[in-house]
Amino acid sequence: MQKIYGSAAEALDGVLFDGMTIAAGGFGLCGIPELLIAAIRDAGVKDLTIASNNAGVDDFGLGLLLQSKQVKKMMSSYVGENAEFMRQYLSGELELEFNPQGTLAERMRAGGAGIAGFYTKTGVGTVIAEGKEHKDFDGETYILERGIFADLSIVKAWKADDTGNLVFRKTARNFNPPAATCGKICIAEVEEIVPRGALDPDGIHLPGIYVHRLIQGEHEKRIEQRTIRAA
Amino acid sequence: MPWDRNQMAARAAQELKDGMYVNLGIGIPTLVANYIPEGVDVTLQSENGMLGIGPFPTEDEVDPDLINAGKQTVTELARTAYFDSAQSFAMIRGGKIAMAILGAMEVAENGDLANWMIPKKLVKGMGGAMDLVAGVKRVVVVMDHTNKAGESKVLKSCTLPLTGTGVVNRIITNLGVLDVVEGGLKIVELADGVTEDELRAATEATVVG
Repeated sequence: MQKIYGSAAEALDGVLFDGMTIAAGGFGLCGIPELLIAAIRDAGVKDLTIASNNAGVDDFGLGLLLQSKQVKKMMSSYVGENAEFMRQYLSGELELEFNPQGTLAERMRAGGAGIAGFYTKTGVGTVIAEGKEHKDFDGETYILERGIFADLSIVKAWKADDTGNLVFRKTARNFNPPAATCGKICIAEVEEIVPRGALDPDGIHLPGIYVHRLIQGEHEKRIEQRTIRAA
Repeated sequence: MPWDRNQMAARAAQELKDGMYVNLGIGIPTLVANYIPEGVDVTLQSENGMLGIGPFPTEDEVDPDLINAGKQTVTELARTAYFDSAQSFAMIRGGKIAMAILGAMEVAENGDLANWMIPKKLVKGMGGAMDLVAGVKRVVVVMDHTNKAGESKVLKSCTLPLTGTGVVNRIITNLGVLDVVEGGLKIVELADGVTEDELRAATEATVVG
């Protein structure tokens, strides 16, 4: 079993194709797979459908792939931090499928768990429910949402061992575990790859069965809203 | 004098009860954390995967891996737990959160809420708001009673795309506090120096009782 690759470009070799669907972890700019995103930009693959809670900012994160016009469609819950995104969407260059944040997370989790769809009360009576199956259970109305089955998952974790067991750090966990599970192939970028046995088996956040390729690298970890109090 | 932002947040904090798990939205709702009454122990949830939000960090404490749902840097507490987004919304959708305090663009007398988009103008997204209003036990809206043009935001029916239908329980505005009840809205409280006539005049919705 050899999951460790030398660079993001090497880890992506052979898995990218035009028109593919990619699930990406991260919330805002926190816990995003920034090295893999940059390498996808450099690879030039296009017409991508990307499932990710946010779309980065203009010059960082998934915003890089918007800038280079590699994205055909975004599946997201909130895109308010990205002016280029707005421009492309309002001019019709970019498709956008809004998903309530919890629905997006559960769609990824379901896809990874082999569940084709699930019923949720979220969005009933709103534009989100239009065109979706409605069903009543115990007097409450629910709508059917589909699992997401992606071609590739790209995630960021704090530490990994060489078998791909992952540990995340604080709120940088966010969408990474559900995103990791819903792709046919999952590539994880981490801050540190540690020897087998160095991670507490009781403290693994995502078992290595979900992770096919691994890279270690330096992360910029940009902060969107640096908010501080007086010392 | 109508309440200012901080007075609205302080009034909203009176809704908090000991032992509650609560989600605070972006804007004025975030300020509610500054006014939690003495002796009331609440745990704040952040939908990006955290229970037990601490204060903003000092310069030395800033950690890019530790943010709230508004993407602001925060700190952790001794009680803090982290989890992924699927679990975060499982607890929201599953009814484990006692209360959400949210901002709004419009609220209707039947409890409909609109707070996520203005067609052709503002296309940011709903984030976690639709899941929150569908799942939490009690929804309290904190907002100005009227918009910048002086038009009521407390309406007979919403004009903007909805976040949820029949989901709002209580509305706290700069003019007072209203509850969603059978047949319309009921005045619970007036802001200091605001008369009932003033509040009614600023309210398009049906006021009952």
